[in-house]
Amino acid sequence: MSGAEQVLAIGRHRMARWPRWHGRLHGSEFAWAIAFVVPYAAVIIVFGVYPILFGFWMASTPSLYADLFSDPVYVQTLVTTVLFVGIGVNLKMFLALLLSGFFTRPRWWIKAILLIYILPWALSAIPAFTSFHWMMIGPGSFLDSLSLALFGVEGPIWFNDRWLALGCNIVAYVWKWMPFWTLIFLAARMAIPRDIHEAADIDGASGFRRFVHVTFPLLANVYLICTLLSTIWALGDFATVSLVSGGAPKRTTDVLATLTIRYAFDMAKPELGVAAAMSALPVLIPLVIGLMRAVRTREVQL
Amino acid sequence: MSVALTPGRRRRIIGEAASAALGIVIVIWSLMPVYNMMLVALDPEGENEFDGNLWPPEPTLDSFRAVLTGGHWYLERFWLQFGNSLYIGLMTMFLTVLISSLASFAIGRMRLTKVWVLTDTALLIYVVPASLLAIPFSRLMYSYELMDRLLAVVAAQVMFATPFAVLILQQFAKLIPIEFDEAARIDGATPAQVYLHIYVPLMAPALAAVGTYALLLAWDEYLYQYLLISSPKNWTVAVAIEQFFDVDEAPWNYMMAMAVIYALPPVAIFYGLSHYMATGLTAGGVKG
Repeated sequence: MSGAEQVLAIGRHRMARWPRWHGRLHGSEFAWAIAFVVPYAAVIIVFGVYPILFGFWMASTPSLYADLFSDPVYVQTLVTTVLFVGIGVNLKMFLALLLSGFFTRPRWWIKAILLIYILPWALSAIPAFTSFHWMMIGPGSFLDSLSLALFGVEGPIWFNDRWLALGCNIVAYVWKWMPFWTLIFLAARMAIPRDIHEAADIDGASGFRRFVHVTFPLLANVYLICTLLSTIWALGDFATVSLVSGGAPKRTTDVLATLTIRYAFDMAKPELGVAAAMSALPVLIPLVIGLMRAVRTREVQL
Repeated sequence: MSVALTPGRRRRIIGEAASAALGIVIVIWSLMPVYNMMLVALDPEGENEFDGNLWPPEPTLDSFRAVLTGGHWYLERFWLQFGNSLYIGLMTMFLTVLISSLASFAIGRMRLTKVWVLTDTALLIYVVPASLLAIPFSRLMYSYELMDRLLAVVAAQVMFATPFAVLILQQFAKLIPIEFDEAARIDGATPAQVYLHIYVPLMAPALAAVGTYALLLAWDEYLYQYLLISSPKNWTVAVAIEQFFDVDEAPWNYMMAMAVIYALPPVAIFYGLSHYMATGLTAGGVKG
């Protein structure tokens, strides 16, 4: 072996031992990597994991749950929550899916409408929902005057009736969040290769049939993921109900997210509040597991 | 003119008309609450919105002027409150970018894979609704002695923003060849130098996106501000708007003007960055 070959061999050896940060980090590099992760770990543990464990501990007394279920307000809140989340999320997702098809049309004015359409998403929740509250607050409010001018009928007093108030909450929720999901579905539709639609056209499937047999099956998994994620978030939606109806009339439109806060801060029963929040877990955990599964099966699509 | 319409043409015309009608409905639907905001805000007096007006009888920008100059006892602290909101937003943005970029560098580029417990836990927390965590969180803020401090709100927002930020940054980092890092290391760069001179400059667009996300999250949220902040000098605009509801004879036009002003920065950011937002959405892994 010549000297040059030896150098090359050593070089090769060195190259093989060198870089690639994966596998094993050693010495100072490992210390650096740990140091980089420490702030993240600290934030998650101190402000995330610890409060959650603390919450479990606060709500660990079994009698709290007996108290909860003997409170008619709580049972009523469960019903309202199911209706608010169930109707709100599904209505929003279904309309978003349909509208995303509308926005794929190649017209300049449809692009302009899209810019207006995303305004609710861009608007902060507080101004937007406050405006909803004022629009419906009673005689002389904007919606009332509008229906008087258009149909000559005075609008109902929205927040005096449980179902009307719940409807207002749902409409406001759909209004605020539909644009975001429409954009997601729009992006997903754009990702479908054009030739698939062309092939469907040649086979005579257009319009409604193309949507049912081609587009929707391709979007189904995205739709499922979005619906699961949105359901989880809607379960914790505090802003909509607290700002639009404020729980009126007589707190019958409270949802779980607002009830926990009310128990804890208006009635000074923080343990009961946490227990009410914990009672969402039997629904929340399956949703999270379902979400994880749906995200994993995404790879086999297309 | 008696041009016979073929069935195909007729169908196309009906289709165009239908989509024009749908377009009009969408515009009205999207703008109605915004119009209502302006209707109340442009009103010279605070009570006129109950008079059944469909447009402001004497539109005036007085209420905006009053908010901006503190021209009402209720608005005296507006700029302080705006500063507090801005402080929370910018601190959340800065800390989220710093913490998530450091963590994503260590996890994604240095392949510190053993912390999967941490990243998985963080993602689980990201999924759990913030409002269900609010009570134990504020309890703990008492014991950390962070109650009534803006930093407590920042801590909550950073905690909720970082897991998603790390996820997004890792997605983007895959686009940067790892050979850059390796070349720098062969030349003797320490991990800190690689982070500062390679990772941060190349990831600048992604860091900007994550920063914007954190800023908007903090600006949009009000439950934690409402629960954690009590003294008026620490109020944010969001809390101040909410407090109008507790005052009798509150000047509603001022409240709406305040709400409009508060809504403007995110709207400006959204429309300024709408192109990047769309690409960010598709790059965020929601593609079918």
